[in-house]
Amino acid sequence: MSARAPSRDQTGAAPVGLPRLLAPSPRDLDEHLARYGPVPLVRSRSERAALIEAVERSTLRGRGGAGFPTGRKLRAVAERGRHAMVVANGAEGEPASHKDAVLLTRAPHLVIDGAVIAARAVRADEVFVIVDRENRAAHDAVTTALAQRVTSSIDDLSIRVVGVPSRYVAGEESALVNFLNGGPAKPLAIPPRPFERGVRGRPTLVQNVETLAQIALIARYGVDWFQSIGPLDESGSMLVTVSGAVRQPGVYEFALGTSVIDVLTTAGADRATVVALLAGGYFGSWLPARAVPGLTLTRQSFADVGGALGCGMLSVFPDGVCGVVESARVARYLAEETAGQCGPCVHGLTAIADAVHAIADRRALPGALHDVRRWLGDVAQRGACHLPDAAVTFLTSALTVFADEFELHERHRKCAHPRVAPVLPLPDPSTRDWSWR
Amino acid sequence: MSQQLTVDFIKCDGHGICAELFPERIRLDDWGYPIVQSGAIPSEMLAHARRAVVACPALALALTKFEGR
Repeated sequence: MSARAPSRDQTGAAPVGLPRLLAPSPRDLDEHLARYGPVPLVRSRSERAALIEAVERSTLRGRGGAGFPTGRKLRAVAERGRHAMVVANGAEGEPASHKDAVLLTRAPHLVIDGAVIAARAVRADEVFVIVDRENRAAHDAVTTALAQRVTSSIDDLSIRVVGVPSRYVAGEESALVNFLNGGPAKPLAIPPRPFERGVRGRPTLVQNVETLAQIALIARYGVDWFQSIGPLDESGSMLVTVSGAVRQPGVYEFALGTSVIDVLTTAGADRATVVALLAGGYFGSWLPARAVPGLTLTRQSFADVGGALGCGMLSVFPDGVCGVVESARVARYLAEETAGQCGPCVHGLTAIADAVHAIADRRALPGALHDVRRWLGDVAQRGACHLPDAAVTFLTSALTVFADEFELHERHRKCAHPRVAPVLPLPDPSTRDWSWR
Repeated sequence: MSQQLTVDFIKCDGHGICAELFPERIRLDDWGYPIVQSGAIPSEMLAHARRAVVACPALALALTKFEGR
C-alpha cells in the first residue's frame, strides 16, 4: 500500500467525516476513481502481507451479521495457498435489511474495488458478486459497473455477477458455495468450511459487500484514517437500516459508537411511542424500550443488554401493535424458510410457529407457552446452519419483552391491540420466490 | 485425546437407534431426532459411543476431536 497523504483539494482525497460509503452515486467508473483515487495495487508478497495486517489492525469485522474479524478471515484463506476464490456476498436475505442493496446500487465500484483488493491479498483470480436475483436495481448497477471496468480494463481477473434465490438462508456462506457449485442455494454440513474447501473445491473467501467496500477504503487511506471515527476497538462507519415507527425509514451511514437514540431520531422516531426495538433482523432480538437510551452502535453495547447489532437492522416497534401477533408472523416466516434438510428445523420450527400462532389467535390449549419454551431449548444449535438459532433468539427475546401480552393471550385469551395491520416487513407470500435453484 | 459426539443433521433421518444404544448421552426430541449432551465422552463410555456411531443407518453420527473445555 502506498502511503498517500490525504489532502482535501486533491483528487482521490480521503473523505473527511461522513459519508464514507454512501456518497452521491458516481456517474461512471471515471467519476468513481476521481472521487476515491485509483485502486491500490496489491501484488507483491509484502503488499499482500501489509494489506492483511492493515485490515487486522483496523478492527473491521464482517458486516453481514456474524461479525467475524475480517483480517483473520483474509489470513485464513491466504494461508491455504494459491488459487483461492472470492465471493462478494450481497444476497441480503434479511427481509428488513436493505443496506447491501442500497450500497450495491449507489457504490457498486467501491464494492468491486474491495473484492479485487481482497482477491489480490488472498491470491484469488476469480470473483463472484452475489446479488438477490429479485433485486433488479442492484443487479443492473453491478452489471453496468462491471461493463465499465472491462472497457477500461482496470482489473486483470475474472469478475462475474450471480443472482441467487431470494431465500432467507441462501446468503449463508456454505449455501452460496453450494449454489456456485451448481447445487441448490441450501447450506452444507460443515466442516469443511468455505475457507478450507469452497467454490470448485478451492479455498473461498466469502465477505459481505459492505465489508469489502470498507476494505477498499482501508487499502486506499490507511488504518489511521479508518480509525479516525468510532471507538478504537470497533472503528469506522457502518450502514444501518432503520424501519418501523419512524418518519424517514431507510439506510443510513453512521460512525460506530453513535448513540442509538441519535440514530433513531435521525430517522424520525418519536421517543415517546417507542415500545420496543428489534435489532439485528429476524436473526436478532427484541430489546425493551428502557434498554435503548444507553445503547450505542457497537457490538459490545448490544451484547451488554443481551442483544446483537448483527447486520445493522433496527426496527422501532410502535405503540398499539400486538407483539404476540407480530412475533407469530415472523415465526411462521422462519419456519417456511427452512431448507428442509435438518429434522429439528423442519419439524421444530413448524411446531413452534403453529403454537405461537395458536397463542396469537387466542385459541391455544393450556401449556402451549410451556411447549414453545421447551422446543426452543431443544432446537437450538441443531442444524447445519443457524436458522433454528434465529428462531430461538428472536422468540426467546419476544417471550421476555412481550411477556405480559403472551400471558394475556394464552391464559386469558385476550389481546390488548386486536386487528392492527401488520408492521414487520415480510415478503409477499403471493409473489415470493420459493425456489432454491 | 478426548472425543465428542456430533450429528450431521442433513444426513440424520431420526431412526433413533443411537438413543437406544447410548441413552447416557443421547435422548430424542418430540420428532425422534437425537439431542446429544455436549462435552467430552468419559473414557468408560467410549465403547457405547462407538457402538452408536457404527449402528447409525444414515452415517450421521460421528466421534470427533473434542474442541471445547
